[in-house]
Amino acid sequence: MAKEKRTAEEKTIDLAAQEMLIRADSLGIGTAFHRADDMTACNIGSAGMCCKLCGMGPCRLTKDGSTGVCGATIGTIQARNLIRAIAAGASAHSDHGRDMAFTLKAVANGEAEGYTIRDVARLRTVAAMYDIPIEGRAPEEIANDLADLYIAQFGQQRGELVPTSRAPEKRIKLWREKGVMPRGVDREIVESLHRTHIGDDQDPTHILQHAIRTAISDGWGGSMIATDVSDILFGTPAPVLGQANLGVLRDDMINVIVHGHEPTLSQMIVAATQDPEMIEYAKAAGASGINLSGICCTANEILMRQGIPAAGNFLQQELAIMTGAVEAMIVDVQCIMQALVALASNFHTKIITTSPKVRITGATHMEFDEHRALTIAKEILKVAIDNYKNRGETQIPIHREDLIPGFSHEYINYMLGGSYRASFRPLNDAIMSGRIRGVAAIVGCNNPRSQHDFFHTYVAEQLLKQDVLIVETGCGAIASAKLGHMLGDSLDLVGPGLREIMETVGIPPVLHMGSCVDNTRILTVLTQMVNEGGLGDDIDQVPAVGLAPEWMSEKALSIGSYCVASGACVIFGGSNPVEGMPDRVSGSTDVESFIDQGWEDLYGGKLIFINDPDEMVNATLAHIDKKRAALGLPAYDPNKFGQSGDARMLEFESLPIVERRAALYGASDK
Amino acid sequence: MSRYIATRAIRGANALVTEAELMLDKALAEKGPDTPVAFPNTAYYLPVIYGMTGFAVETLGQLPEVMNQARRLLHPAPSPNKWTPYLGETLDSGMATLLAAETIEVIRQLYGLQPEPMPGFTLAGGTVYQAGGDNGLTGRLNGAIDDIQLRSWGIQLVDGRMPGFAAIVGAAKTNEIAVKIVRELQRRNILVFLSGNVNGRSIIHQLMEEGVDLGYDTYTVPFGTDTISAIYALGFATRSALTFGGLKGGMARRILEYNRDRVFAFVLALGEVDDLKYAAAAGAINYGFPVIADTVIPEILPTGITTYEHVVSMPFDEIDGADDLERAERLVQKCIEVRGVKIKMADVPVPVPYGSAFEGEVVRRTDMRVEFGGKNSRCFEYLYMAPMDEVVDGQIEIVGPTFDEIEPQGSMDMGIVVQAAGREMQKDFEPVLERQFHYFVNGASGIQHIGQRDITWIRISNSAADAGFNLEHFGKILHARFHADFGAIVDKIQVTIYTDPEQFQAWLETAREAYDFRNKRLADLTDDSVDEFYSCTLCQSFAPNHVCIVSPERLGLCGAYNWLDCKASYSINPTGPNQPIKLGRPIDTEKGYWEGTNDYAKVGSHGVVEEVAMYSIMENPMTACGCFECIVMLIPESNGVMVVSREDTSMTPAGMTFSTLAGMAGGGLQTPGVMGVGKFYLISPKFISADGGFKRVVWMSSFLKESMADELRAVAEREGDPDLIDRIADERNAATVDELLAWLEQHNHPALVMDPIF
Repeated sequence: MAKEKRTAEEKTIDLAAQEMLIRADSLGIGTAFHRADDMTACNIGSAGMCCKLCGMGPCRLTKDGSTGVCGATIGTIQARNLIRAIAAGASAHSDHGRDMAFTLKAVANGEAEGYTIRDVARLRTVAAMYDIPIEGRAPEEIANDLADLYIAQFGQQRGELVPTSRAPEKRIKLWREKGVMPRGVDREIVESLHRTHIGDDQDPTHILQHAIRTAISDGWGGSMIATDVSDILFGTPAPVLGQANLGVLRDDMINVIVHGHEPTLSQMIVAATQDPEMIEYAKAAGASGINLSGICCTANEILMRQGIPAAGNFLQQELAIMTGAVEAMIVDVQCIMQALVALASNFHTKIITTSPKVRITGATHMEFDEHRALTIAKEILKVAIDNYKNRGETQIPIHREDLIPGFSHEYINYMLGGSYRASFRPLNDAIMSGRIRGVAAIVGCNNPRSQHDFFHTYVAEQLLKQDVLIVETGCGAIASAKLGHMLGDSLDLVGPGLREIMETVGIPPVLHMGSCVDNTRILTVLTQMVNEGGLGDDIDQVPAVGLAPEWMSEKALSIGSYCVASGACVIFGGSNPVEGMPDRVSGSTDVESFIDQGWEDLYGGKLIFINDPDEMVNATLAHIDKKRAALGLPAYDPNKFGQSGDARMLEFESLPIVERRAALYGASDK
Repeated sequence: MSRYIATRAIRGANALVTEAELMLDKALAEKGPDTPVAFPNTAYYLPVIYGMTGFAVETLGQLPEVMNQARRLLHPAPSPNKWTPYLGETLDSGMATLLAAETIEVIRQLYGLQPEPMPGFTLAGGTVYQAGGDNGLTGRLNGAIDDIQLRSWGIQLVDGRMPGFAAIVGAAKTNEIAVKIVRELQRRNILVFLSGNVNGRSIIHQLMEEGVDLGYDTYTVPFGTDTISAIYALGFATRSALTFGGLKGGMARRILEYNRDRVFAFVLALGEVDDLKYAAAAGAINYGFPVIADTVIPEILPTGITTYEHVVSMPFDEIDGADDLERAERLVQKCIEVRGVKIKMADVPVPVPYGSAFEGEVVRRTDMRVEFGGKNSRCFEYLYMAPMDEVVDGQIEIVGPTFDEIEPQGSMDMGIVVQAAGREMQKDFEPVLERQFHYFVNGASGIQHIGQRDITWIRISNSAADAGFNLEHFGKILHARFHADFGAIVDKIQVTIYTDPEQFQAWLETAREAYDFRNKRLADLTDDSVDEFYSCTLCQSFAPNHVCIVSPERLGLCGAYNWLDCKASYSINPTGPNQPIKLGRPIDTEKGYWEGTNDYAKVGSHGVVEEVAMYSIMENPMTACGCFECIVMLIPESNGVMVVSREDTSMTPAGMTFSTLAGMAGGGLQTPGVMGVGKFYLISPKFISADGGFKRVVWMSSFLKESMADELRAVAEREGDPDLIDRIADERNAATVDELLAWLEQHNHPALVMDPIF
């Protein structure tokens, strides 16, 4: 069943991407967008009803009541497929966290070239949470203890994962009660694989209980560790001016793109690009300098901390190369398309793999090792610079937009009260008064099967008009950035209540909180909101919704699940991996309804799949309003707000000086 | 903050910090780093700096570190577009402004520029600048408020009589409006701090021109005519937290939150708001104090740093109202609404402004229409309980002539007799209620009330008489206020005013009989004769862990609540701050321990205090909030104690002044050997009776000796040594332990031969 080919406008709403897609067509080069059109998704697999877990199959269950060769029901098979995806996602985040913890250990012992402990305050705060002594100790000593503790979390066999202690008290109790408190990161992932081996756990709800435990070991384990250590080593993000979209590439400079997820390498590349020796080297090669940019979550890591521009999100990795202006794309782990290598062969671009875990046939491999990080980073850069002379004809789109990223929960706390009165009180107050109707976290990937960036930004725009404050991470964040949604100037996007908050604090309507591993920042924010008081005593009572409108990776499913486990309502767009075939198999909704209603009964959060953006918005608002009502908060009423702000003052200031004198005390006829 | 406010506040903050740095450099060069810097009579150094940073600054040389901290709090102003957030940054810059402002003011003091000279101006009560010296209230503004005044206002702030303070900065649109705003605030007993100017013209000038009395006595303190002097308001706020909240210097966040939660203050910006005012306002918002302006400025209505709106613009000409006076009234109402100040206000139907702020007003002889009592006539007041059916509520009768026939500045006899009836009324409450006459009558602007019983002295000013105030209005005031404040025990109030000579004399005799009876009753009312004491937790809104236990022979340390007052208060509000404490099993009646009092102390102090000895300073003494009238402190070498009064600013033999001692006595902490007390406890037979009683007093501020001469003489008689008071040293003859010991030897003080006190 060949699908109809979509135009560039139908494939993406991003003008830069459209331009590159048209160029791809004219050059006769395919991209993920084209392949998505050509490749119809397997309908049994996407329904979650294909079981290929043993040699007796693969079994394709397409009829009501049918079972696999071993007798596994559709529910069991869907649950097993889902938990395996979650385990894979959790393993990706957690392995990232593990590497960060090892890097911290190496830094603490002075064995990591080029790294320092950039944020001692954050180190002390985190260490203190686990009763690691901090007074009178050198940062390295504290870091060493913290690294040991964190490394131990992965292999821990018994007890409780220590970062879970940072959840609201009531939530911790609930996890213990429901038997989903994770013991160790690796143990839960291994057990997921064991349980889903042929002939093991064959009760869908029991499988999904462990899915929750596995997911918690990601959100309140591996991912949280990754964020903590990144902040300690590279600095806790604070707002900074940055740019996004392909227009950040420079015709006259060496364009180097870092793509992937871990900040360990990208931070060293950042350092290397600022090295005078490297700049000289670039100039000697005939360029006016080195222009570093990022793609995907690596982009987010360096955008959040240094304001290094993001060339684009996941679906723009190929399009960046399509400009012909990229000397090297340096990749590490996760979300790197194998297609890059073949695509790059049409241009001079070098694809350089760096992770010991990731090699791509045909790519240049320059293995990264944190013990000689800066040296390797420079070697990699030199390869890029040396490649400049091979650059051919280029076409760089002009489109780029400014943004203010850098909203770590620490900064949010600060921005709401300064050094002396930092707290979440103003945010809670704003929600309680109804100036902010609720909070939506829009996160996750791009998916070429839907219109690139459209779901992310459409849903965001609709919610903003309803005074829903939006926080974003990952590729969704870059989508919003490209449309200017991450500037404080964008006051016209929002309703009257949120506008008051934006003007009071100076925030953009959409807050960029980091990479996908940084979704743990959102968990921390929610916890702090609960602890601040007034919005219930657990996360499930906060009027907040998580959305992943264009999800595609297994990590997204893990994120979604740990958010549910934490009490959040999570709405996914795009394909539903446990949807079944409603027209043919009535019973296949067992798992789907369990992760919705069943999980809500157990954890207060639920995972639902909605493919229509307007319905997604309505469901979000309905959930927020439901939670507001349950807390006894006033119903959202935009007409009550909108009085504060600068508008009147600016109008006053624009008057000629004589009239201004007269109008100082207002107009007497008003 | 809005971006506009952030821009201007941050700009103002940067400018002021730079100015402070330059001034400091100059002062360091000219005066040297060892030059002492201090505000008058405070134990809290430079209070904002001490509270926010913990630096106990005593010399110029310590200030550069403060300025470094201020500079670190500064931020660049937000970009015109694509800005990064600015709220936290603006609040920090506001704090930097406050640190700089306090630095500037204390340096100006070195140069004689603070308190600000103001020729032709006289303060109606103010800060004393030379310890023990002449108050010198003329020719200057007030500058900083001292600890003495802070503490004496303390009880009113904590019991709600004084709902909060307004820091007015700038100048009103007209003098008329300025007066009206201040009157409206006074009427609500809101303390008014005045500072700042608009193009050189300050509200202080406006009020001076209109002849408004400014000073402690009228609840209106003129700090200075520039915005920088508004820092004294925040110094006052900071010290409230340190004095009453038991907080320590450097506990910045808790001090700020204490103010947000407990000190109902706001900033009223009159006239155009400049960069510095925005910057100072940003500092005030850190304290949770909202800002209200009478001009067009951006509004910040979301809440969180402050309890309600942050910044409110009420352009004066847009306020609904028939005229400017009505608009001014609405403006004040709005301020109160924004801060959420709780105000109990009785509507008193008199033709003059009415409120506690007018209590301190003095009617000078030249401004006087008529007086009752004093040198040339007699005046008494008497309240008694009458059966319900004999009292006609609201009836006010004048028996005899009015003062129409009296020549200007003349005098006449008058007796005010009140019959009170009520289901909950008790004979014991008669004196409690009668004592209120003083406060009630004094609340009327232009009326001065002094004394009580048959030594009452009342003056009516010309302006009050011109406004139509006559004798009947005394009745109106009493009727309205008794219903408003004591409605729970009083159902009916009838007032008769006697000016007819015969009737006056007859009622005076009756009243005197009643006074005698009450004196005897009070003398019989001892701790041993009752089975319950009363708690007083009025101060807990300010000093969360302090609890007073009030017994017949030991009144509250503030001097304002005795056992009968507490009993009446309990009748008025059975769930209020005064609860009966059943004494239960006596544990040690010598030292004053009962099961009931110990249990209560533990609960009332939230576990901070385990036991309280009612009659000892050496063992588990009672704690204090900060409103005490005197401090009693052990002087070990003398085998006795000294008593320092709040009014005494001189050095004591303990090597500390009252202000410094107060830091040890207050905050709800038990410190053996130190105790804050009400001055009438000194004359009680139970005064540290476990430690030897009044004979232990070896040193006493002369203020007490003089103001309580009669009472002290009686105590001396009681103690069997009529010359005892003369054996006690004071600040005039002993400022050190050595001098004290010499005096005691010389005067043969009994403490020297008493058993060792510990």
